[in-house]
Amino acid sequence: MDSGWRLFLRTIFARAYPRLIGQQREKAWLFFETFLPFVAVAGYVYVYRAMQAPADYIGFAVIGGAMTAFWLNVIWSMSAQLYWEKDNGNLALYIMAPNSLMAILLGMALGGMLATTLRAAVIIIVGILAFHVSFSVSHFGALFAVFLITMSALYGMGMLFASMFLLYGRNMWQINIAMQEPIYFISGLYFPEKTFGAAISLAASIVPMTLGMDAMRQLLFSSGPAIGFLSVRTEILALVVLAIAFVTAAKYWLDKMERLAIKEGTLTDRRR
Amino acid sequence: MLNTFRRTFVPAAWLGWQVESSWTHPVMFLSFSAVKPIAGVLILVFMFRAVSHISSTSPLYAYIYVGNALYIYVAAILAGTSFSILDDRERYRALKYVYIAPISVPLYLFGRAVARFLTATIAVTITLLAGILFFSVPIGLLTTNWPMLISALLLGVLCMTAMGIILGAWTLTLRSEPHFLGEAVSAALYLFSGAVFPISLLPKVLQPIGFLTPMTYWLELSRRALLVNDVLQTPGTG
Repeated sequence: MDSGWRLFLRTIFARAYPRLIGQQREKAWLFFETFLPFVAVAGYVYVYRAMQAPADYIGFAVIGGAMTAFWLNVIWSMSAQLYWEKDNGNLALYIMAPNSLMAILLGMALGGMLATTLRAAVIIIVGILAFHVSFSVSHFGALFAVFLITMSALYGMGMLFASMFLLYGRNMWQINIAMQEPIYFISGLYFPEKTFGAAISLAASIVPMTLGMDAMRQLLFSSGPAIGFLSVRTEILALVVLAIAFVTAAKYWLDKMERLAIKEGTLTDRRR
Repeated sequence: MLNTFRRTFVPAAWLGWQVESSWTHPVMFLSFSAVKPIAGVLILVFMFRAVSHISSTSPLYAYIYVGNALYIYVAAILAGTSFSILDDRERYRALKYVYIAPISVPLYLFGRAVARFLTATIAVTITLLAGILFFSVPIGLLTTNWPMLISALLLGVLCMTAMGIILGAWTLTLRSEPHFLGEAVSAALYLFSGAVFPISLLPKVLQPIGFLTPMTYWLELSRRALLVNDVLQTPGTG
């Protein structure tokens, strides 16, 4: 039987596979998860057009809309996942199996990230074609690095929430709903984060999308550096710190949850 | 008739309210009801602030704010009614018992929509009050044309509930829990009904969809009833 790192890697692959392949088989989900963010993008694009905003703002709306696909994936398919598994009765099997829960979450994150990247790419391509968005990329390497680090921090946050949300019951659903628009708002997905002023922008930076979006806007659009909150270099460093912090915290909470499960003999929220 | 109403509508409304609100403390429930729509409208307010050459006294600002606030009803009632049918079928597995019970099913569904209407009313009221108090939206409570606003609201809610039931009936015939459908239709109508921008901005070929949607006229009437002056009117709505 596999064990150690081999088991860890095989678990990651096994959990990533249904995310990457299985989700693509659910054609209706595929359509709606692309269509709904795109409709929001179109709405915001027309609002900017009604305001006669500069052309780059149309691009901000398109990129912001693409990022919502990742956030939706993180909160509904990462944060809520262990809760769904508990609901379906699979969580006990996860706990009993000899593989690491951390590897399961990493696999979910990796598969979800790749699958959602395809959806986000469709939103961006359709957005470019429909609304004639033009980019002025200043540094491809930095853009790629910002995207990867943002995703690592974002899915690290999802892993942390996944372990924390297990402790909640019916309110998990409501918490997830309440974490959509408010997070789009404080992360400045559709407008420059700088509009909030320094104090609020700094507080909002705890959500990795805030700094990630700000850095991407600076690297993608000619007007980006002028409306940036911090320098791209500082934002990359902050995102690296966030990624490490979230993954470490997720590990801590998973261990805590397992200890509670062993001590109290239950994984449900009835004891609380 | 009165007996049917008492046996069907009232319990359905009570049941809907319990499903919506019983998961937490009432204060927490009110906060959760308000946080999503208020954040939605704040996105638009800050988009306005980001584009600095437009002032908040522009008629467009009030048009967007009020349209977005009122659209909370559409998302809640239209998507909510169809979702409650699916919820009864897929989650609680109670729909078949509702159908064989000696009650009026359409009246039961209208009853379920009432709870969504109430929660949406809380969110709309908070959003509009925040607009008056903090975001300089020119709504005058004394100058509001209340008869027009209330008539438009009643007709609008009736249309939305009926559309929600049609949508729910359609989703019943679909496989694999089409929970996204109500949300997708209400999102599409957000574009076509001129909720946050005049439909004259849409490509010409898409504009007729807006004129065929009851929400376009309901939003237009409500804006004209609520806003004190300089109402940006949707061309073609009379």
